[in-house]
This record gives sequence, C-alpha cells and structure tokens, in this order.
Amino acid sequence: MYDLIILFVLLFLGYVFGQMAEKRHFRSIIKREDEYQSILTFAKRFPLNNDGDQRAELVGGNVVISVDYFKRFVATLRNLIGGRITTYESLLERARREALLRMKAEAHKKGLNTIVNVKLETASITKGNKNQVGAVEVYAYGTGLLSNHS
Amino acid sequence: MIVTNIEVVPGRRVAKHLGMVQGNTVRSKHVGRDLMAGFKNIFGGELVGYTELLTESREEAVDRMKQQAEAIGANAILNVRFSTSSVAAGAAELFAYGTAVILE
Repeated sequence: MYDLIILFVLLFLGYVFGQMAEKRHFRSIIKREDEYQSILTFAKRFPLNNDGDQRAELVGGNVVISVDYFKRFVATLRNLIGGRITTYESLLERARREALLRMKAEAHKKGLNTIVNVKLETASITKGNKNQVGAVEVYAYGTGLLSNHS
Repeated sequence: MIVTNIEVVPGRRVAKHLGMVQGNTVRSKHVGRDLMAGFKNIFGGELVGYTELLTESREEAVDRMKQQAEAIGANAILNVRFSTSSVAAGAAELFAYGTAVILE
C-alpha cells in the first residue's frame, strides 16, 4: 500500500516538476538560439574560403540531462507494446540543442564567428541496474573560425 | 599549439606529418554527486555535477594529447576526434585523438 502511495507521489512530482523544467529549458533554448544566430555552423569538413580565415580553434560544449520519474515510467510502459517513446525524444532534442548552444557560446567568447565540421556525440550515463541514473550526455564540437564571410 | 577537427589549418601549410597522438582519462563520479543525481532523476533536468565532471575530463584528455604532441615537436594537431565509453558502472573513459603535424 505504502509502495503504491510513494509511486504515485513520485510520478506526480516527476510530472509537475519535469514539465516545468522542460518548458523553462525550451524557452531559454529558443531565446539563446536567437542570440547566437550570427554564428554560422556547418557540418562540412572544409572551411568556406581558405584565404579569409584568420584563426582556427577547437570549440565544444556538453550537457548531461536526466529524465524525470514520470517519463521513465511512461517509457517502461511503452516498452511493452513498442513504438515511439515521445518522452525520450524531447529529452534528446533538448540535450542536442543545448550542447550546440554551449559550443556556440564558447566560440562567441573566443571571438569566432563560424564553426565548421560540427560533430555530435551522444553517450548514455547509467549506473548499474538497480536505482538507475537514466541520463544522456551530448557533446558537440567543431572547429571555430574567424572568417570574413559577410 | 593549434588544435582543430578539420584536415587543414586555414592559411597555413602542413610541412610534416608526425603521426597520431592521443590522450585519455578514466573518471568516476563521487558519492555526493551521485546522490544529487538520484534526486534529479525524479524531477528531471540538467545534472550540473556530471556536466562539469565530463568537461574537466575532456580538457584533461586534450591536455594529455597536447603534451604528447609537444614531446614529438609538433605545433598543431589536426582532425581531432573525441570518443566516450563507459568502462564500468559509474566510470567513463574520455578519449581524444588526432594527427600531430608541423605547420610552416
């Protein structure tokens, strides 16, 4: 009986605070994406124009985001019937966009305005099977250039 | 020491290739951070402690790579890649590797 009550309390807490945190995070991501719009990022392997670039430096950003209790519960249920786990999709989207933003912020701090060869690396962080820490790490890195493309 | 993850350094020419250099570090998080992570697992959100830990570890891996490159007389590392793998429960290996070169 007590177990059931604890489960519902955790689910409720996870749902309320998880949703709040996610909405706040998305708002901040959209705001900062606007801010760093001037920094161009490319997945191509070579700089845009070889003569215009004055500086090259490695830049990167990482973030570890954890799922909330409610999302993990939904995902466990989903596992029984298969299909899209939308609760995890938004988690990964948040993590990727945040990592890219941190990479851009670092480039901005170093006075660079272009990033080429952007790579994204995802690693899941779990701690054993019991009392799992379900979290995902995304690392975004690339070569920041100071380029006069304008 | 110029470090890039593309195959060239804009405006510079590679005079000599010196081969691959690498740096790695295996880190584990401490109990306090794990406890906080446990709480965060209910509410969701960023695990700041882990983020910092991984940032530090990556910097260390890059530093070790740079030291190795310096030791063989390189002044730049091109085509740098990162890789992460979990070795055991609670520990992760961060690995950075690239090509050491001498630029003109």
